[in-house]
Amino acid sequence: MPTLSESASKALLRGYSVPLAEERNVATVEAAIGAAHELDPNAQGVVIKLCGDRIAHKTERGLVKLNLRGASAVRSAATELLAAATTDDGPVTLLVAPMLKGTREFIAGVADDAQFGKVLMLGVGGVLAEVIADVVFRLIPISPVDAYEMIDDLEMQGLLRAFRGEPAVNRHALATVLLGLSEAVEAHPEIRSIDVNPLIVVNGEPIAVDALVEVA
Amino acid sequence: MPTSTSGYTATHLTNAHFLAFFDPRAVVVVGASSHPGKFGFVALHNILAGGFSGRVYATNLERETVLNIETVVSVDELPNGEIDLAIICTPASTNSSILKSCAAKGIKAVFITSAGYGEAGESGLKAQQELMLLAESLGLLIAGPNGQGVVSTPSKLCAQIVAPYPPPGSIGIASQSGNFVSSFQNWAVGSGVGISRAVSAGNAAMVTVADYLSFYADDPATTVGLAYVEGIADGRAFAERARIVAAKMPLVLVKGGATEGGQAAAQSHTGALASNDKVFDGMCRQVGVNRAATVEEAFEAAATFATQPLLKGPNVVVLTTAGGWGVVTADAITNDRHLQLMALPDDLLKLIDTKLPPRWSRSNPVDLAGAETRETIPEVMEILAAHPDVHAIVYLGLGIQSNQAKFERNGGFFPNNGLERIVDFHERQDARYARAAHDLSVNYSKPILTATELGVCDPSNPGPAMVRETGRLCYPSANRAVTSLAHLYRRQRYLDRRADGNN
Repeated sequence: MPTLSESASKALLRGYSVPLAEERNVATVEAAIGAAHELDPNAQGVVIKLCGDRIAHKTERGLVKLNLRGASAVRSAATELLAAATTDDGPVTLLVAPMLKGTREFIAGVADDAQFGKVLMLGVGGVLAEVIADVVFRLIPISPVDAYEMIDDLEMQGLLRAFRGEPAVNRHALATVLLGLSEAVEAHPEIRSIDVNPLIVVNGEPIAVDALVEVA
Repeated sequence: MPTSTSGYTATHLTNAHFLAFFDPRAVVVVGASSHPGKFGFVALHNILAGGFSGRVYATNLERETVLNIETVVSVDELPNGEIDLAIICTPASTNSSILKSCAAKGIKAVFITSAGYGEAGESGLKAQQELMLLAESLGLLIAGPNGQGVVSTPSKLCAQIVAPYPPPGSIGIASQSGNFVSSFQNWAVGSGVGISRAVSAGNAAMVTVADYLSFYADDPATTVGLAYVEGIADGRAFAERARIVAAKMPLVLVKGGATEGGQAAAQSHTGALASNDKVFDGMCRQVGVNRAATVEEAFEAAATFATQPLLKGPNVVVLTTAGGWGVVTADAITNDRHLQLMALPDDLLKLIDTKLPPRWSRSNPVDLAGAETRETIPEVMEILAAHPDVHAIVYLGLGIQSNQAKFERNGGFFPNNGLERIVDFHERQDARYARAAHDLSVNYSKPILTATELGVCDPSNPGPAMVRETGRLCYPSANRAVTSLAHLYRRQRYLDRRADGNN
């Protein structure tokens, strides 16, 4: 099943109110350095990924470079990434984005269920996500009430409240993500699955850092 | 056993078919047997023993008299236009010709108990599909095949090949497993909270659990739906039907195959598909179905919907005559995500103070601490029920005095030693308390749930016996009462959140 590239996936989802981290899609090392400076003027850290229509498993191939601070770090990472591209990958670009940090992560997505068709998922994210398995589903399409009830149905309500000095998660913003995914599937029946992972909570606001859309 | 993946969808069924099925004017058992071990005997026996209100016919190849019914050899010999329902207990190979005869006599609905169809491999599935196409061309409703039968208390119809016959009531049961129909009916017998209709869908070749539930939703005899399902071939279609049903009445559902182990069992049991349980769970939440984790939870939730007023808010007060029970109940309420162990407001405290000595708990649970006199329990219960902030009451401690009274009756010192008056008093009081719980609940339109294990351990105790007489469930434990309250409130929240039209 074809997968849209990360930037195409994100472009599609941006049209449906999914809040995505600001990023630049560039072709050269010099442009990457410029983008990093623009997005992260205080050199807090950026992430650079190699992006292309045929590249899906970036992490496994080491095509994601994290925590790059300053021009020289950006230069060597960007150079390395472009060098790692193979002819099988087709045309590639560099995706530059600021590093987002948050203690809380969620996952949202769409799957095609054998019995129920397109279903929407919301879950607690992060490295322990699979073990915690705190996920809820609804059939697409969902209503606004369904979206809020999905959030309410998560077991770990404590993660949604104020936590370690961070404000409570903006439930309205989270519901907007869920409604946006539902609308995207309704408008594009060719979508087979969506994976918005992670949705990092920064100052209470969920921001999608990565997204992948699979189409029929 | 049953399978719902029949590959056939009926398009000819009308409400008249379902009325013929549940409230037939007359019934025929096809394949009645004089052998008590055969379905054809048990079906006829149960129809007669249940006291069916219409006429009962039976066919038997030897023209034997069975249970005082003079049988005929074939349906062809029966009167025209008089019989609505046939219960078929014959081998699968004979059923096509029987269906033709049934249709010729004006029969509209048929329950096929016979096995050897969709559950029996490819050839059985083919035979089942052919039989359904024939039935459709004849204009018949077919229930089953491979099901245990149908019960309908408004017509005193017990056309099933298993016991029991439940007391009348307003719970409508539809199940993919016949044995769960029996289980629910056993709970109905045990609790006294009755059933309107019950059907074992069997292979559900023509009529599915969703179809029966849709009929119940518009059935004046039914106020609550209770369903058991394992596999659902078309989840979307089921969800949409369930949404419509649940908009009209509470629908409580148990699903088998919630775990991987259960799914493996369900695959061999139903041949139907098993899905991610969390998807199923989310579907239930989305369409307003009250999903229960166990059979007893499902029955008790349905019985609560059937017999208690709506729960309009989260605030629960516990009324108890002893401390420990109240503590555990407070834990159960607190552990629920949505119910509230209501903090007692000052005006309520002051009102209760007028009825109790100062040692009472002065908090929720309202612990009477043994301070009750003759009138205390009904009076305090009324103060609580009348308060506008209280939405529900769980009442604990019913029957303890009668339990002691029973021991005194049977302890070898009765009737002397001054025991008669006190034994009588305690038994009368417990009956009064149970009656008060019912009457106040009705008068103030608030759920009041009485919980004591005596309802199960000694149903003859005058307290639980009176709960039963008032038509209500005596909850076997406070935890189970709280679980039922949570079901009431879950539905209320579902409806309230969608009341403004943005569902």
